[in-house]
Amino acid sequence: MKEGSKDFVTIRLAGQLLGIPVLLVQDVIRLQNMTRVPLSPPWVAGVLNLRGRIVTAIDLRERLGMVRRREGEKAAMSVVVDFKGESYSLIIDSVGEVLSLPDSLYEKNPVTLDQRWREVSDGIYRLDDELLVVLDVRRVLDLDRAAAA
Amino acid sequence: MDDLLTEFLTETNESLDTVDNELVRLEQNPNDKAVLDNIFRLVHTIKGTCGFLGLPRLESVAHAAENVLGNFRDGKLTVNSELVSLILQALDAIKVILRGLEESGAEPEGDDDMLIAMLDEAAAGKLSPAPAAEPVVDADVARSETEKMLGRALKPGEVSLEELEAAFASAPGPEEMAEEEPAPAVAAPTATAAKAPAKAGAAPAAAAASGAADHGDSKAANQSIRVSVDLLEDLMNLVSELVLTRNQLLQTARRHENSEFTVPLQRLSQCTTELQEGVMKTRMQPVGNAWQKLPRIVRDLSHELGKKIELDMHGAETELDRQVLELIKDPLTHMVRNSADHGIEMPADRAAAGKPETGHIRLNAFHEGGHIIIEIIDDGRGINTDRIRQKVLENGLVSEAELEGMSENQIQKFIFHPGLSTAEKVTSVSGRGVGMDVVRSNIEKIGGTIELESRMGQGSRFAIKIPLTLAIVSSLIVGSGPERFAIPQISVLELVRVMSGGEHVIEHISNTPVLRLRNRLLPLVRLDKVLGLTPASSDDAANDNDQCFVVVAQVGAFTFGIVVDEVFDTEEIVVKPMAPILKDLSVYSGTTILGDGSVIMILDPNGIAKATAAVQDSEASDTLEMKGRAADSEQESMLVFRAGSDNPKAVPLSLIARLEEIDVATIEHSHGRPMVQYRGNLMPLMTVDPYLQLKTEGHQSVLVFADGDHVMGLAVDEILDIVETELKVELTADMQNGRLGTAVVAGKITEIMDVGHYLKLAFKDHIKTKSNEGHAASRRQPPRVLLVDDSSFFRNMLKPLLRAGGYEVTCVSSAEDALALRDKGTAFDLIISDIEMPGLSGFEFAEEVRQNGRWAQVPMVALSSLASPADFDRGREAGFNDYVAKYDRDSLLNVLEEQLDFARGVAA
Repeated sequence: MKEGSKDFVTIRLAGQLLGIPVLLVQDVIRLQNMTRVPLSPPWVAGVLNLRGRIVTAIDLRERLGMVRRREGEKAAMSVVVDFKGESYSLIIDSVGEVLSLPDSLYEKNPVTLDQRWREVSDGIYRLDDELLVVLDVRRVLDLDRAAAA
Repeated sequence: MDDLLTEFLTETNESLDTVDNELVRLEQNPNDKAVLDNIFRLVHTIKGTCGFLGLPRLESVAHAAENVLGNFRDGKLTVNSELVSLILQALDAIKVILRGLEESGAEPEGDDDMLIAMLDEAAAGKLSPAPAAEPVVDADVARSETEKMLGRALKPGEVSLEELEAAFASAPGPEEMAEEEPAPAVAAPTATAAKAPAKAGAAPAAAAASGAADHGDSKAANQSIRVSVDLLEDLMNLVSELVLTRNQLLQTARRHENSEFTVPLQRLSQCTTELQEGVMKTRMQPVGNAWQKLPRIVRDLSHELGKKIELDMHGAETELDRQVLELIKDPLTHMVRNSADHGIEMPADRAAAGKPETGHIRLNAFHEGGHIIIEIIDDGRGINTDRIRQKVLENGLVSEAELEGMSENQIQKFIFHPGLSTAEKVTSVSGRGVGMDVVRSNIEKIGGTIELESRMGQGSRFAIKIPLTLAIVSSLIVGSGPERFAIPQISVLELVRVMSGGEHVIEHISNTPVLRLRNRLLPLVRLDKVLGLTPASSDDAANDNDQCFVVVAQVGAFTFGIVVDEVFDTEEIVVKPMAPILKDLSVYSGTTILGDGSVIMILDPNGIAKATAAVQDSEASDTLEMKGRAADSEQESMLVFRAGSDNPKAVPLSLIARLEEIDVATIEHSHGRPMVQYRGNLMPLMTVDPYLQLKTEGHQSVLVFADGDHVMGLAVDEILDIVETELKVELTADMQNGRLGTAVVAGKITEIMDVGHYLKLAFKDHIKTKSNEGHAASRRQPPRVLLVDDSSFFRNMLKPLLRAGGYEVTCVSSAEDALALRDKGTAFDLIISDIEMPGLSGFEFAEEVRQNGRWAQVPMVALSSLASPADFDRGREAGFNDYVAKYDRDSLLNVLEEQLDFARGVAA
């Protein structure tokens, strides 16, 4: 890693580019069969078996209050992250390359950002052709916050 | 060295390691209470055990250290590195003593006075900065191993063990020889000091290990080895995974007949099964292992306290998981100690009470339905509830009023509360209040429960119920809709197959499915409903009796049936905990991976039972006219009582005039109904359900409700508690039976009773007979009242009440709805309105009503919990004729009469 830069795995969600700090990502997997968990919050898509570990799948679109996938529009990928010793699989539309972004491109969240997004965003990077939102995984998976959302 | 001591040594060494680490953590986070408690308990245990094993030196050091820790815990001292190092020093001293103990079987001599003085000073909060204790410990460490072993200094001519060791180490020869010889060599010169060496000589293994004493190795090693539970746990997990993989392979192989894999696969399968059994066996131990120490402890205690105690043990061979055993060992010891210390009386007292002088403590272990039950029964003095009451009040755990309403058993349960010790003095035996709460938390940690029965003067019985193993649970795999779930077989009593035309069919009472099973009516829960897999509105009756299964489950004393679509299989599953994000879902107890690799949720029948009441009620609420959000929340003082059935019932405290105990001898009957004379009036007594009987002797608890000059008593079995709660009432269709609905009060599903119902029942005759006195009956036409309140609780409470008072009541939930009624042309004689409502407030509503329209002259009464004079004025301004506080039912009825009379007067 270069001085003054950070590495992100880029993902796409309903067209929006997001970045997850690369060190948090354990795995990028193709979406597999999940077991539904009735009565769970809507953003819990289910639980799945990842090489003998039970992983909770979070539908990121639902969690961030984005438009739902239309019928037939399938989520294809998921990024497995670790939070407090548990693994979670974040369901996303697609995964991109790993970017190393210099700190000079970083900016704090614009104050006008939607509340729901402000909670889970850890800042913005100005890329040449678009903006990358840094996803604060801890906050996405924070139980109390999530329950309140 | 006897087994007891060996066990103590290995155990204490482990505890000390933990304490070391925990102390370091504590130093980093001085405010971490959990860490501090843990340290305190460990040191406390060490101290306690020392006392029984007769190790005064160890005990005194541990006791001094515990005092300091105790002051940390009580907040009298703040944790700082100086104090922590002092305690670490004490631990080092303990370790040195332990090492000596391990070598010789007796405490090495030595002087810990300095260290103890330091600790005492520290405990008193005046620590002198000079670390004077250091040399003591150092001196101890420096003393040669041999000296400590002999318990005295070397005499001239004797050679220290170390030197001998060194000599032998350099000399050639078989190891056993080298190790067997040196001990007698040391022992020879003096007969008085022969104890330890003779022992060493007699047991070559112990002697062999003593050579390694400098490394602090344990000498308990013999035929068996100690393996950490973690390692076994890992093995267990691996084996579980292996079993799962094997199952997967077998499933695949079944699809390819006569494949070349079949034979090796069978062998693999066989091996896997044996391996699984083997690993399981490594974890099983007879419960007697946890009891070994107890006879000695009880013996010593009886000597120390001058009591005569006999300990009977039954079922020591009952096997349970090692991990579970480890976890219950301390609690068990503690409880037996408690029984001996607090339970059994002095011989003289026993004789005076007409009991045999010798007290009995009975330990009993047995299997019961996948659980193991351990009972600790003593015939001592029982638990003194008065003292607990006093203690509870002193500590401010509950208020006096709350305490009043508690049953003996509820009060006794306070002994499981942290920091409550009823022993009057802090002794080396017990009394620091680390006792029963630790016991309970340890038992609950492994999914167990502890029950307590105690009778003053007759003794106590503690029953611990714990699962056999934590690792593998036999489960029933069931299907509901497209999903599959596991139900632990422990809670499954039986399976019933249901199909139309078959032996068993599901019947319905209103919307509630039930099953006739051996002359009993079994309440049923549809799993798909509980889990929200099918919309609640779908027609149950139609599809219930297409083939399905009822899993009869038991939760505590409650038996109910879970309706599922399919039953697949039973499978041994390895329970994995739920992700924290899903922990709140009480209907699941965990997850697991099945043989085919898929993940499955494990249902918790307990959680389902809890969810049930809510499900049924929310279904029922759809049949009522009020749709949408049935539940409203208000802070409300509820009086919780028991009557008839076991589940608690509650009424708002504000509705109760008085609580009375009535002598049943004074109950008379009139028109076949029980009455009592009460404050110059006849008060009818009602039971909660018509089929319930009043008590036939003694006193009957009665809740007195007053409505104007009508007074009614509701007979209850027991008043449990008064609880301030946010009341979320789930409505019920059972209004006819005097239930408004159910709510969770103090964590329990509680039926909320409808007082109006009973008033109506009690006074329907009354109102007729007193037709000339009652306003209500004197009117030709019942006045029409409109009640506007967003709270369904109040709508439901007031509606029957107003009806009973002879009004015709229409309820709406908002001012907007009320105005809509006005615009439709509905006429009312009186309007009662809440003030705080979403949308139009009561004030705005009144202004609107007064301004124009056909209701402009209708009397309006405001009903609110805001009842300050300012509110009063504001209400008058807005157009209300009167203002009544929400809970003041008496004045409400009076005010209504007044307003109506006034309005009539104006009209006439």
